[in-house]
Order: sequence, then C-alpha cells, then structure tokens
Amino acid sequence: MTGISTRFQVDTTEGGKQVLSVAGDWTVWTVAQIEEKLRNTKIAYDAILDVSQLEKIDTSGAYLIDRALGALEGIDDKIPIRGEHPTIERLLGKVRKASPAAPPDPIRPPGFIALLDRAGRGAVNAWEEFLGLLGFIGETAATVGRLIANPSRIRWKSVVSIMEEAGLDALPIVCFLSFFIGLVIAFIGANLLAMFNASVFTVELVGIGMLREFGAVLTAILLAGRTDSAFTAQIGAMKMRQEIDAMRTIGLDPMEALVAPRLLALLIMTPLLTFAATIAGIGGGLVAAWTAMDISPQMFISRFQEVVPPQHFWVGMAKTPVFALVVAMVGCRQGMLVEGDVVSLGRRTTSAVVQAIFLVIAIDAMFAVLYYMLNV
Amino acid sequence: MSFDTATAAGKAAPADEGDIVIRVRGLTNRFGSKTVHEDLDLDVRKGEVLGVIGGSGTGKSVLLRSIVGLHTPNEGSVEVFGQHVGKLSRDERIKVERRWGVMFQDGALFSTMTVRENVMAPMVEHTKIPRALMSELADLKLRLAGLELEAAPKRPADLSGGMRKRAALARAISLDPELLFLDEPTAGLDPIGAAKFDELVRSLSNAMGLTVFLVTHDLDTLAATCDRIAVLSDGKVLAIGPLDEVRKNDHPWIQEYFSGPRGRAAVR
Repeated sequence: MTGISTRFQVDTTEGGKQVLSVAGDWTVWTVAQIEEKLRNTKIAYDAILDVSQLEKIDTSGAYLIDRALGALEGIDDKIPIRGEHPTIERLLGKVRKASPAAPPDPIRPPGFIALLDRAGRGAVNAWEEFLGLLGFIGETAATVGRLIANPSRIRWKSVVSIMEEAGLDALPIVCFLSFFIGLVIAFIGANLLAMFNASVFTVELVGIGMLREFGAVLTAILLAGRTDSAFTAQIGAMKMRQEIDAMRTIGLDPMEALVAPRLLALLIMTPLLTFAATIAGIGGGLVAAWTAMDISPQMFISRFQEVVPPQHFWVGMAKTPVFALVVAMVGCRQGMLVEGDVVSLGRRTTSAVVQAIFLVIAIDAMFAVLYYMLNV
Repeated sequence: MSFDTATAAGKAAPADEGDIVIRVRGLTNRFGSKTVHEDLDLDVRKGEVLGVIGGSGTGKSVLLRSIVGLHTPNEGSVEVFGQHVGKLSRDERIKVERRWGVMFQDGALFSTMTVRENVMAPMVEHTKIPRALMSELADLKLRLAGLELEAAPKRPADLSGGMRKRAALARAISLDPELLFLDEPTAGLDPIGAAKFDELVRSLSNAMGLTVFLVTHDLDTLAATCDRIAVLSDGKVLAIGPLDEVRKNDHPWIQEYFSGPRGRAAVR
C-alpha cells in the first residue's frame, strides 16, 4: 500500500497513436498522487492503454483511467488494451457502466443572505409553533373531555408509572436545588437587612419568596428540563419506530394512550413536588438564618407563623396546575412532531425544553401582574 | 479441491494457510444463561462468497459482530487477514478496518450527512484524495451499488428502504475493500433490485477478488451468489460447503429449509 511506484506516461507509437502506460498500484490509497497530473495531461480519446507494468488496481483507479481516456464525454468505445492484467478489463467495464453524471450537492448561499433566510424562516416557524401549540391544546382538551365522560378509559397503570418516573424520581433534585436557593436568598437578605438592623425580616423574605414564587417556578423549570426532554424522547422514539402509526391502525388513540396519562400524572405530581420544594427552600432559609444570624429554628418558625399569612401558599400553589399543563403538553407535542430521522429527534427535544422553560417564566410573569391587580 | 465437500457438524475443513481470510476457532458466545455459539469453528477463504444461514436466534448477526470486533466473544479466537481482531492496538485495528467494508442490516447511514457524504466518509477519514475526486468516486460507488444519482444529495431519511440499502452498500465498498460483510443485504429489496444486487456482489467479487461474508435468508441470493454456504444451528456450523452438497445434508432443519416451497423454487 505504499504506492511509490504509482505513475503513468504518454507516448506516441509509430502509427501515430497515443499510448497511456500505467504502472504501479492504482487504488484508492494511491490515486491522490497522480490525479492532478493525469487531469492536466491531454490524452487522445482513442489512445491505447498499456497495462503491462500495472500492479494492483481497484474501481477508483479504473475510474481515473476511464476518465482520462475521454470516456466520460459520451464516447462509448472500448479502450484498447496492451499487455496482460488479470482484472483491468472487467474493472473498466464495470466502471464505464457506472460512470457518474450526478446532480451536485445543493449550493449554500453566502453568509449574510443565509442569515436573513434563517431569520425569516425562524419567525415564520415561531408563529407556526404558536398556532400548532394552540391546536394541540384544543386536541388535548377534546381528549380530556372524552375521558371525563368515560373515566374507565383512563390508563391508570401508565399514569402511576409516569408519576413515579417524572414525579417521585425528581423529588431529591427538586428539594436539593430549592434548599440551596432558600439558603442563598436568606444570605442575600441577611446582609442587606442587617444594614437597617432588621435581619429578622429574613424570615419574611424567604417565606414569601419561596411560597409565592420560587417553589412553583423552580419545580416547573426543573420539570421542563428533566421531564420534557424525557417525554419528547420517549414519544419521538415511538414515532420513529412507527409505533404511533401502529397504535392508530389498531384503533388506539395516541392522545389517549400517551398524552393523557402524562398530563394527568404531571397534574397530580407538580403541586406535590412544589410543596416539597417550598418546604425544602424554607428549610434552607432556616439553616442560613440559624448559622449566619443566630436566629434559632424555634424563633424562625414562630415568626414565620406570625408574619407569613397562608394566602401566599395558595398564591404559589394556584400556578402549579398551569405549569403542569404547559410542561406536559409541550413535551408530548414535540414528541409527536418528531420525524423519521435522528436529527429531528434532537431538534425536537431541544425545542421542547426551550419552549417549556420560556412558557413557564412568561406565564409566571402574567400571574405576577394578575396577582398585583387583584391585590393578593 | 478435496476440501470442498460438505463436512458434518464440528470442525471446519482444512485449507491452505494463506488462503484463509477469516479464521474463527472455538468461538463461544453467551448472553446470560443463553448460549448462542458453542465452540464454533469457521474458515472463509480468499475470493469466495460465503453465505451464512440459520434459523432466527442462531446467532448469525452475533457471529458477524464477533468477527468485525463489535462484540467481544466469551471464548475463542477470531483472525481476520491473519490478525487476532480482539488483540490489536488502535493503529493495527484501523489498518485492518480499512481493508474491510461492513453493510448493516438497516443501512446505518449517518443521518446528519447526505448520501454522497456518507459514501465519502471513509475516504475523508482514511485517504488524502482531493475533495472533487472524492465526490466523483462516491458517485461512482453509488452507481456501482445500483442507486440512481438523484439520491446522492439527499439525506438518508428521505430515501426508501431499498435505496438506503444500496447507499449503505456504496459506503461499504467506498474504499474498495478486500473483504465485505453483508448483513441481510437483500431483505426489503424488490425482486428486481435484489437480483441486481446479487449480480453486483458476484461481479465485484469476480472483478476484484473480493471475499464476501453474507448473512442472508434470501434463497435466491444463496443460489445466485454464494460459493459456499454455512448453516448455523445449535451454536455450531452444522454444515458448510457448496449449495448442492449442503442441500443433501439430512439434518431436519436443512431439509425443511431447502425443501419447503420457497426453497424448491429458488434452488431448482
């Protein structure tokens, strides 16, 4: 495979005919050495091929020889061969039959125009995504309506299994993160409030922050990242393997079998996870207050009961079903949109997480405005 | 050649040392409590097309995976081109890999690349051929594999199942390998396409001294392309030899396989 001897030579015979003599190995490993020189050598199309010094040859080498002898311009004469070689004739025949005339790969437009093009497509896509999501919400609502009318069709087995997978298994990470956020809020508050000699207000800061906002939003964002990607990947993989088509053909409604259980499971688990997250966050605040500000746990808790009205708890909890719906529906919808290839699975999983996090935060902001106007 | 006779279950027939491209000795594969191969011996000779058949679950694909090193057998040795596949260093392994091409059952084309880029991928990785020539050679391989060139700039996801198979074959012969592994190459092809494929394998094998290791269920392919046939059963090579001789073996599975309605039609 060294191919040092790979070379060719063009001579003219007594009869005035050209002879292309090839020597050495002409294989995919060696053709790179002589390709350019051969391309720049003018050879008459009726030249004779001398193969007496040719060693190994494969289809790549045969293709080059065929190309050099003008065969690709529509001339279909057999190449006259001089010398003995075991495979050259068969290879030339094979290659000739398969001479390519293929359409080129699509030309990519220059950067700036491509950028505009992508931006335009992106805008249209975003609008279509929005409409599509509305459509999916409608479809889901219809399915839920059917299930309410006929509750025996609810698949409790898969509901419970998804509750474990998406809810219970997420409990440690949700509590852990929330605990640290509570801790951080308490430390920030402690420093600031100490300037006014009011470090004891840390309790209100942590309590109200956790109950109203952080418990619910943190849980929803975690679910968006953790559960949405799983939903999209699961349903998307089923779509790729035609399992969803198979379900349809045997009269199983994928909305009922796949989407509804996920929706229901998240509707049950999100408030519970939020509750756990809130408690963990307050726990974090308590630890911070205790270690950094000498506010004892007893004092923290009794002050908490005095100054944090339970209304804040309900304000936070009221958002959780909405978040659950958003997370479940975005994940399932993106899964259903996966096409036959791996690329679309990756793209859909990404957009599921991005969309869900975006929607969670946007909806949380809307809730904030609403609560402000309602004065709660 | 005297060793061309179908041998009974057990050891493969002896052959000239230099002629053996794949040498499998004492191969044993277990998955949990299930034994797929037990002390299996197999020789594949240079330049032959060997068809491997066997019922579902007899480990045809596992055998192929063991030979190309995708699966580490529990026991036994696999030699390809005289080298122990499992014991090679990285560089040695790459050298061996350059000399074989593998076509997987479902094509296993890279979905982020176009069909042409798929065929170019081995060349990009292993050779220094200029890009333009590489693209021309890729087109040549696609045509050799019987694919219409309209498919070249498309993504694998946009191809039909049969076209994907041909594209996968084109990628497998991208580096003009000496040894070609084909896993169920004609499954899912229409009869005309399958016949063309058989002819292609045969003619490539003839033109380049290509050795082919072919796992198949297609009796027409067996009859049209294979020099020898190896029947896998009970974890061993039950019989190996030319089609006519294997057919005469009186093992019940072989009899049922070849004398069923499909078998009779194909090998008549």
